[in-house]
Amino acid sequence: MELLTGAEILIRCLKEEGVEYLFGYPGGAVLHIYDAIYNQEDVKHVLVRHEQAAAHAADGYSRASGKPGVVLVTSGPGVTNAVTGIATAYMDSIPMVIISGQVPTALIGNDAFQEVDAVGITRPCVKHNFLVKDVTKLAETVKKAFYIATTGRPGPVLVDLPKDMTIAKTEYHYPKKIKLRSYNPTIKGHAGQIRKAVDLILSAKRPMIYTGGGVILSDGSPELVELTQLLGYPITNTLMGLGAYPATDRQFVGMLGMHGTYEANMAMHGCDVLIAVGARFDDRVTGKVDNFCPTAKIVHVDIDPSSISKNVQVDIPIVGSVPNVLRAMINVIRDEKLKPDAEALDRWWRQIDEWRAIKSLSYRSSDEVIKPQYVIQKLYQATNGKAIITSDVGQHQMWAAQYYHFDRPRQWINSGGLGTMGFGLPAAMGAKLAFPDQDVACVTGDGSIQMMLQELSTMKQYRTPVKIVNLNNHYLGMVRQWQEFFYQKRYCMTYFESLPDFVKLAEAYGHVGMRIEKPGDVEGALREAFALKDRTVFLDFLTDQEENVFPMIPSGGSQNEMLLAERDEMVSTHDEGMVLL
Amino acid sequence: MNNNRHVISILMENEAGALSRVANLFSARGYNIESLSVAPTDDPTLSRLTLVTCGNEQIIEQIVKQLNKLVDVVKLIDLSETEAIERELMLVKTRAMGEQRAEMKRLADIFGGHVLDVTEATYTIELTGTGSKLDNFLRAIEKDAILEVVRSGATGIALGQKALRA
Repeated sequence: MELLTGAEILIRCLKEEGVEYLFGYPGGAVLHIYDAIYNQEDVKHVLVRHEQAAAHAADGYSRASGKPGVVLVTSGPGVTNAVTGIATAYMDSIPMVIISGQVPTALIGNDAFQEVDAVGITRPCVKHNFLVKDVTKLAETVKKAFYIATTGRPGPVLVDLPKDMTIAKTEYHYPKKIKLRSYNPTIKGHAGQIRKAVDLILSAKRPMIYTGGGVILSDGSPELVELTQLLGYPITNTLMGLGAYPATDRQFVGMLGMHGTYEANMAMHGCDVLIAVGARFDDRVTGKVDNFCPTAKIVHVDIDPSSISKNVQVDIPIVGSVPNVLRAMINVIRDEKLKPDAEALDRWWRQIDEWRAIKSLSYRSSDEVIKPQYVIQKLYQATNGKAIITSDVGQHQMWAAQYYHFDRPRQWINSGGLGTMGFGLPAAMGAKLAFPDQDVACVTGDGSIQMMLQELSTMKQYRTPVKIVNLNNHYLGMVRQWQEFFYQKRYCMTYFESLPDFVKLAEAYGHVGMRIEKPGDVEGALREAFALKDRTVFLDFLTDQEENVFPMIPSGGSQNEMLLAERDEMVSTHDEGMVLL
Repeated sequence: MNNNRHVISILMENEAGALSRVANLFSARGYNIESLSVAPTDDPTLSRLTLVTCGNEQIIEQIVKQLNKLVDVVKLIDLSETEAIERELMLVKTRAMGEQRAEMKRLADIFGGHVLDVTEATYTIELTGTGSKLDNFLRAIEKDAILEVVRSGATGIALGQKALRA
């Protein structure tokens, strides 16, 4: 049998896993791996300009395509730079495999040049990690890494590879299957629990379906749509779950949580049966936990047992994969011809429609100054609602979530859990590589975009024509909003007195730049930008500087304590809330 | 809610870093570890780790779930939920001079301990038992007499025919 170096084995393994793109950055410890990359064409390498972007780009690629994202970085600063990207993926359960170079085994622990304890540093923000100390175990370890990253509740897995392991030779054999005695995720839901859940769901007078990112990660959207329409119940999606149920359907009541719609939060608060699917009762969703869905019996479907009854005690937990459990529920309902209480449901919908009539997402439009919400509405129209939208973190993220109506899963890509500014641009690049023929837009702000600007260079090199929608208000808008409400407008360090000329900057990187200052020019600019199919366009929208995101549940507030735009006096939140973020 | 003491016994892969994953989990999530003891089993690929923690029912449920979620954890059992034996080893170096000498030997005998090392002025006593028994011994002898205390942390095993195996 032919002997291969560890570096060659690694690349062969990636090929076996069907890896299309490797996002990375070279360095001393990974030189052998780069040499192995040089000698083949199957795995295409994308050379980012900063390792954090490698992880975000792999993440965006994964969220758009459903395939694991793969990252290659060198030891020391290479891997520490990637940590923010890894943690971002971890918080949102994104399947990712990170290969980090390491100093040679003999030097580990010696404070060698570019040495860092990568396994130790990443331990709290990976699903699992490995240090390879024996080249004969390399192929098996890579197989394990992909298996763990992509099964159960997905997540990032890091393989730390000392340089001598990439040079050493051994026989190559890639295991077809892998079995781990200590890791065996539950896929199939417990039949008895499913039966109990169906009975409770059908007995509801005021039902509510609340679903999260787990539906998207498990490709459970078809089952969710089928079940929801079979029942005729109202449904809300979390920030991570948008697109799992079509936003333009009547049964969709909008996003819930801190900046969710009035009808979604009121329906959550008033429901008698809550069906939670692939969601984790995050603090942005629950508000004040003690007063969360106070009258509801709760069914919770999740593949991760530790998500169940973590923040909120539930009545019927079901551990299993979303499509599997929902399919079983649909089967029980269909087989036994079960029907919901039509009269009660009708009453409930009338109540919800009253809440809906409040139009909590309305905002005061203007002919003078560009309203950020208006930009998103026009973006929606210009792309026929079909673009893949990535976002950074802040006000623009919330407006994108509220005003772009996502009709399909994997269309909305954002850092929900960790809230990583700088995520949007490299994620858009990854998404565009996964779907070169689809429109991809990155909705961002003047704060976030400056955290990963250097990737404009990568985007030029790899011809990933993304449209950058910069909602430029000269502020770190979300922080400013909180300072306005809770710190008596003491705008400490949230105003950018100096910003680059983004148009010239885009041009300097070889892209097209546009500055839009009047509401009347918004639509034209967007249409012009999307017509430039093969160019990255930086659209710098100068927007209303002090626009706020509404509705809003102040930290520590309950779901029914929402503040609506312009109507409610913003009172400072109570002490308990001030401690929260 | 009551903050009860729980003894959790974990069978895990005997891999480098497995112990730090457990310790890391506790510090990252703000759980307490009262004691922790670990060693390989008859099967050298597996380690048995016993940890003592406390918390209300909800916290313990989360601890158990989070531990199970660690890829290296094969199986675990909360020994507090079943009939189980709990043992801890303690080594105590005490002063033992004059009248104190006979009294110390007598107390060690009462607690079923053994004197392992004798000098002109000291005894080194070995004791096994539950944590509270060891506490009682330390309370029984004069405080000034204690020179050094080393405790292993609790280990435990369930009673009956059921065994925790991979």
